[in-house]
Amino acid sequence: MNELSLYLLDIMQNSIKAKATLINLDIIKNIDEDKLTIKIVDNGCGMSEEVLSKVLSPFYTTRTTRKVGLGLPLFKELSELCEGSFKIESKVGVGTTLTATFRLNNIDLPPFGNWVDTFYILVINDEDVDIKYTHKVIKNNETKEFVFDTIEIKNILDGMSIKDFSLMQWAKDYIKNGLEEIDAI
Amino acid sequence: MKSLEDLKKIREQAAKKMSIRDEKNGYRVVVGMATCGITAGARPVLNRIVELVAEKDLNNVTVTQVGCIGECALEPIVEVYDPQGNRSTYCLVDPKKAEKIVEQHVIGGKVVEEYLIEKFKK
Repeated sequence: MNELSLYLLDIMQNSIKAKATLINLDIIKNIDEDKLTIKIVDNGCGMSEEVLSKVLSPFYTTRTTRKVGLGLPLFKELSELCEGSFKIESKVGVGTTLTATFRLNNIDLPPFGNWVDTFYILVINDEDVDIKYTHKVIKNNETKEFVFDTIEIKNILDGMSIKDFSLMQWAKDYIKNGLEEIDAI
Repeated sequence: MKSLEDLKKIREQAAKKMSIRDEKNGYRVVVGMATCGITAGARPVLNRIVELVAEKDLNNVTVTQVGCIGECALEPIVEVYDPQGNRSTYCLVDPKKAEKIVEQHVIGGKVVEEYLIEKFKK
């Protein structure tokens, strides 16, 4: 995959498939420390210790349509390739927390790519799933932040789907403007 | 600069339009969005389909995302279910092909034979 966005799309689909109703996505671009941190916390079905011990193997998957599961191993490999770290914790009935770090200036770190369209796809995947997305940029000890909280958006929409054309345009522009303002990607 | 205040206004305008809308009992478009699909280019395909459905105000069309359909080598895969439940599976789809699938099949009701998986599967 040649965009960081695609890794995130793939990983967050796991949370949706795990029947999460709430996903917290935190992205911290710390320029002062030359570090990118991505943390995904979901309240999905979680995994047993046995499943957790196998989940980073490319030859393990819970699917029945094929025999490989590449999403998590690829993401772990990318973080390690970029002089970062990867940690996954999970508990059955509680959910899963995944934290990955990357060195920002590592030559192997792919660009974010088309994050606006990617995030919108995640938002509309299952509108019963709430996503709280916080993107922070830390530079010269100053923190700038952009938040997109689907609970807040849904309260405004009052039952209306964000898939409507004008609402879709608003959502994409809102995310794009917000990220540009904090110089996130 | 877009704001949450703008969203409130847009919502009011969209609500007026929506009150006369149909139920979602028409076509269902399913896009494979597992690792294989994403790597092969499913994101721009899904994005184009969602845009077209919204742009053309196809109120009775549902677009959903699914995991691996089991034909990784033929991703991106798009399945179209007509209102009678008949399934057409399209493979190696790109945004341009997705446009044709929406226009010819979802809007026009005519299957796009040349993109069907049967043509590619050995």
